[in-house]
Amino acid sequence: MNPTWSRFNITSIVLGFAFLYLPIVLLVVFSFNESKLVTVWGGFSTKWYVSLFHNQGLMDATWVTARVAVISATVATVLGTLAALTLTRYTRFKGRMLFSGMVFAPLVMPEVITGLSLLLLFVAVGLDRGFLTVTLAHITLTMCFVAVVVQSRLMTFDRSLEEAAMDLGAPPVKTFFQITLPVIMPAIVSGWMLAFTLSLDDLVIASFTSGPGATTLPMKIYSQVRLGVTPEINAACTILIAVVAVGVIIASLANKRREVQRQRDEQAAQRG
Amino acid sequence: MSNAAVTAATTSSAADAGKSALARLGEAFVGRLVIIIPYLWLVFFFLIPFVIVFKISLSQTAIAIPPYTPVLGFGDGLSGLLDQLKQLSIDNYTWLTQDALYVNAYVTSVIVAAISTVLTLLVGYPIAYGMARAPATLRPTLLMLVILPFWTSFLIRVYAWIGILKPEGLLNQLLLASGVINQPLIILNTYTAIFIGIVYSYLPFMVLPLYSALEKMDYSLIEAAKDLGCPPTSAFWKITFPLSLPGVIAGCLLVFIPAVGEFVIPDLLGGSQTLMIGKTLWNEFFANRDWPVSSAVAVILLLLLIVPIMLFQRAQARAQEQDK
Amino acid sequence: MKSLGSIRRDFAPWNDPNAKPYIQFDNVTKKFGDFTAVNNLSLTIFEREFFALLGASGCGKSTLLRMLAGFEEPTAGRILLDGQDLRGIPPYRRPVNMMFQSYALFPHMTVENNIAFGLKQDGMPKPEIAARVGEMLKLVKLEQFAKRKPHQLSGGQRQRVALARSVAKRPKVLLLDEPLGALDKKLREETQFELMDLQQSLGLTFVVVTHDQEEAMTMADRIAIIDKGEVMQVATPAEVYEAPGSRFVAGFVGNVNMFEGKIARGDAGAASIDTGNGITIRTENAGDAAIGAAVAFAIRPEKIKVSSKKPDGAVNAIEGEVYDIAYLGDMTVYHVRLDDGHVVRASTMNAARITEDPLSWNDRAWVSFRPDAGVVLTR
Repeated sequence: MNPTWSRFNITSIVLGFAFLYLPIVLLVVFSFNESKLVTVWGGFSTKWYVSLFHNQGLMDATWVTARVAVISATVATVLGTLAALTLTRYTRFKGRMLFSGMVFAPLVMPEVITGLSLLLLFVAVGLDRGFLTVTLAHITLTMCFVAVVVQSRLMTFDRSLEEAAMDLGAPPVKTFFQITLPVIMPAIVSGWMLAFTLSLDDLVIASFTSGPGATTLPMKIYSQVRLGVTPEINAACTILIAVVAVGVIIASLANKRREVQRQRDEQAAQRG
Repeated sequence: MSNAAVTAATTSSAADAGKSALARLGEAFVGRLVIIIPYLWLVFFFLIPFVIVFKISLSQTAIAIPPYTPVLGFGDGLSGLLDQLKQLSIDNYTWLTQDALYVNAYVTSVIVAAISTVLTLLVGYPIAYGMARAPATLRPTLLMLVILPFWTSFLIRVYAWIGILKPEGLLNQLLLASGVINQPLIILNTYTAIFIGIVYSYLPFMVLPLYSALEKMDYSLIEAAKDLGCPPTSAFWKITFPLSLPGVIAGCLLVFIPAVGEFVIPDLLGGSQTLMIGKTLWNEFFANRDWPVSSAVAVILLLLLIVPIMLFQRAQARAQEQDK
Repeated sequence: MKSLGSIRRDFAPWNDPNAKPYIQFDNVTKKFGDFTAVNNLSLTIFEREFFALLGASGCGKSTLLRMLAGFEEPTAGRILLDGQDLRGIPPYRRPVNMMFQSYALFPHMTVENNIAFGLKQDGMPKPEIAARVGEMLKLVKLEQFAKRKPHQLSGGQRQRVALARSVAKRPKVLLLDEPLGALDKKLREETQFELMDLQQSLGLTFVVVTHDQEEAMTMADRIAIIDKGEVMQVATPAEVYEAPGSRFVAGFVGNVNMFEGKIARGDAGAASIDTGNGITIRTENAGDAAIGAAVAFAIRPEKIKVSSKKPDGAVNAIEGEVYDIAYLGDMTVYHVRLDDGHVVRASTMNAARITEDPLSWNDRAWVSFRPDAGVVLTR
């Protein structure tokens, strides 16, 4: 045990996590509130969840969001992986500075700017705003996040694996698909998950680039929040949180189990 | 080796070299594609849109679809294009400088973002430090706990604070009940609420780079400093903090840059009384439908952020170099 | 001087003027930007030879191996394999295979699939692949580990898989990059002999890169000592040790005592060397060094005797004081400071179990050696 894991450290972590999680916990708790007032406890009830499923607008928006998120995350994963390969493998080509600039800038760029500029592009090329434009916008934003995730995996990738494959007779393209891709697959999968949730969450860029008939869930929630806080929104948020949290927790538990199994295997191998 | 064998070997080598040259050409093409596809995508969907924003910021508002003029196009040939260019003007920018509203919004946004960044650092550093010093078995779990909120919707996390900060909200209920205050505190729809919202939402962005910088640090450095007679507090300021600076810089930039242009937080928590540029741009676009002015607002905002963004990229590039 | 042969009796194609070289580095230069990794280097390796490239890290030895494998192209010069110029041939079409320092086992494939990988690339029919993989597994004694993944193996087992994978295709040449570097000392010694047996039984040409001189001495037929991208000496292990060609080689391989001086007088290979400090060394190994030439006299510690009295009839006997004694179990190492300040290292095998050492710290002592015990180095 680390001797410096002091009371101060523990306190700051506990307070920090309380700060991070308390608001979410309260939100979830009050989604089960009988009373229409979000902040006054009126007894336990699941009626807001029931009414949620009868809210056709919300259901439609959920469906749109899910489709946008799946499609954009998938395309963004392909593009982001290519971008990550470019960044790590092609260190010298014309316009590399510009390229890495274009990959990193969207990570911090205020969303209002990205959203506005994409909208003006779609108007300029005469593309009607709707499902397609939101998807294109989300691909552009999230591919940069995928690129960063995959790139950090590629940085620690042992190039001698590729050399070994080529040494044994596999040409470069074959080497990529048989060796490189399978080895970096976990990073690509987490890149996809990140892209998916970013797309699921986005309000600002979607508001700019979406059109009639392609209202996403965050847009719907936002328009209702503007009208006031209601337990129904709490319920919608709770479901969204639950979906993402369960996904992330399952993924990381599976990861951890693999890791533990791996360590056990390694120890056994060292003994045997 | 006989002469025939030598000849055979040389020919086969020449043939092989020829084949490989062709194969190499093919591979070079595939290699190019790896660069070209994402490159073109980003040029078309990231770079060109900025050019368009810039162009439209020089146009005039019009009641039309799209609601600005001139619409740049090549339909009228070169002379038409020149005509259109003559119509471009910097009126929108003049307008921005003359109206105190915009100037105020920019200044306030930068100040609010800067204060929030410092606050996030103050809150985030002890957490990251505690995590880095935690037993190694606990660290992955703690790391996941920091990342998890990041996976849940930004909008929802901001929304959750409305119920807490309202005059009749949970915080005031708690404080009134415990007798700390007699009057409910007015927090919602003030800058305080914006600070809370930014610190809360961006905390993971601060903690993660700090943690990775602190975790990499060799603890024996502190022991060496203590061994050489340096008291703990001074060892922190002389050893730990300087070594965590790359993390501090990355974290601050990750918070500051998006915070300047933040829309959701000032809109939901700041109410109508607070002024921030992201909200101004949004209103200019959606409420006033003034595309040229909102473009001009975006251009100035981008210019304002170009230095921090470049700093961020340099920090990224340097971190990459060090990882190699 | 008598020729010092290979560890394998009768195998010495380098002494045969008619033997045809198998691998040839012809004036090869490799530059990385401004840095010259390999500088106009020429080298010849024969078929079925176990050849070691020995040098400190960064000396260019790995670059030589990587050029042979095809991962790097020479900046100038050419590399021939069995008479064929390798320039322009990509690694996946070269008849050489490499065993990587990190082993580079594919983490997502089982042991079998790792070994079969190269065979599949050649489009070998499935039954043949299975047979060859089985043969390889037997060769490295890993039959019952076929279905395991690399992370389920110990370091020694991984090394064997890497070896099996790289010889599965029966390459003309096997390249080994620090093959034993990741193993602990005991395992390393065992594996050295296994590698030698394997090379003998498969009849392959092995080129091994190592920084470990003991490893090179144990395994190789010949060793090339590389420094700053240049070959310092190519010779059998015994020659490298007993007849180093230069001060660098003498100092690089094993321990050595070096005396700088001038040839004072000599005839037919015998000479006196004046070190200028009142010490004169008589040697029979001066070769053709001219009178007055600046030379170094190099002598290995085990060829020096330490005694408390001047030995009778010794040709070379120098007086000094015992400065340090290190007992190492199998031998004892003495550091004797000669009266001119020079410290000489001498080692004695501890043949008896308990030896009553007559010498102690600060005792006066004599170091003595035979006139044929050292070598004279002009370079």
